[in-house]
Amino acid sequence: MNIQSCITIINEWDIVAARQLGRNVAKELGFGTVDQARITTAISELARNIYLYAGKGQICIDKLSEGGKAGLQIKAVDSGPGIREIRQVMEDGFSTSGGLGAGLPGVKRLMDEFYIDSTPGQGTQIKATKWLR
Amino acid sequence: MDFREMMESKYRDILHHYIKEQSEQALYAGQKFSRKSIEHKVAPEEIISLHKSLLLEMYPELPKDIIHSFDILLEVMVGYGIAYREHQSLRHQQEELRSEMEIASNVQQTLLGTSIPTVPGFDIGAISVPAKHMNGDYFHFVLDENDNISVAIADVIGKGIPAALCMSMIKYAMDSLPENRLDPSSVLENLNRVVEQNVDPSMFITMFYGMFNPSNNIFYYASAGHEPGFYYDSKKKEFSELVARGLLLGVDKRTKYSQYEKEIFPGDMIILMSDGVTECRTEEGFIEKETLIGYINKYIHLNAQEIVNNIFRELEKLQHFQLRDDFTLIILKKDV
Repeated sequence: MNIQSCITIINEWDIVAARQLGRNVAKELGFGTVDQARITTAISELARNIYLYAGKGQICIDKLSEGGKAGLQIKAVDSGPGIREIRQVMEDGFSTSGGLGAGLPGVKRLMDEFYIDSTPGQGTQIKATKWLR
Repeated sequence: MDFREMMESKYRDILHHYIKEQSEQALYAGQKFSRKSIEHKVAPEEIISLHKSLLLEMYPELPKDIIHSFDILLEVMVGYGIAYREHQSLRHQQEELRSEMEIASNVQQTLLGTSIPTVPGFDIGAISVPAKHMNGDYFHFVLDENDNISVAIADVIGKGIPAALCMSMIKYAMDSLPENRLDPSSVLENLNRVVEQNVDPSMFITMFYGMFNPSNNIFYYASAGHEPGFYYDSKKKEFSELVARGLLLGVDKRTKYSQYEKEIFPGDMIILMSDGVTECRTEEGFIEKETLIGYINKYIHLNAQEIVNNIFRELEKLQHFQLRDDFTLIILKKDV
């Protein structure tokens, strides 16, 4: 059973809307305040990447349930320039050294599961999931 | 009670204690608590959340505004939490690199290993210590079938891994030189060609190559821009520089090297070194040649290996145990 809702990211206000959506769903699912803050930080980070590098994209928040476990999945999809060196952007310290925020490794740490796929010239798709403990 | 509950109750106690009497003791307990929570990888935002929930529990009538303010603090600390975890992971990576370097340095020692030959009538001592893990200095001895003793000492300009990689190549170039006796000048000319062809143009190598012929007691030598060594005249008890001219290896493949000779008498010494010896830097600047000669004189009654070991120890002390460059010192002493 999946319930999905999405926010289109075009400008900085949309980042706030995506956070709000994520927080509402997280609260509904029963995540504590610390995890809510982590989930919204991850959403912010992914939405910012879309806003800064792809120009336009979507953040979708899914409720997941799997084997009695409930979880929240953030899906970030854009059709921007894509990432040529995925390994490099997943390296600690690579994108954060200039103070650009948590970077993708940060998102990966904030969440329980992380999946990325990107094709140069076609766009990037990221899925990050947090399970309710 | 699991760790979280224990932590919660501990924090509650500290908080109670401090709110009651604002003592240094409670603050100290707080510091100890942070050490424990860092050890257990508790993120900063979790502490904020704990603090907030304890306040709510202790003061149910606390103004909502104050409670809300913690949400901002929590949000801000999530960022610090990420930075902290990233730092932890980078530290772990650094640890891995360090152990990899240690393995590399062991491999290098095996690759570049040379044994100091025992030759009747000669006493030889050598020491080579890298400034970091990997050594950009190199020395090599060969004893051929006619009992000629050859000695090579080389220094790559630069240090660390690039210098060390480059040195391994020199070692194999030397090993592949023809077995039969070779003049120092032709050895350098051969190596120069190898270096010129195979090494990055920005990398240069200095080398001193010497060969002692026991049948006529003459030491033949040539230098490719290497730090000049010393000759010790035991009769006059005097040191003089072993002057030799020659371009660094790898600059020009047509370089020719002049060969020099020196007759060696019983008790005389040849002292060879890398610039890590003469460029030992103290607070007053580089050490003077006289300082080095002073140390040699101080230990001159010892055998060659003990002399070089003692000089290294003295110069290490002078530099407060921080080597700035790789250090290599060789002494060949003709028995009386």
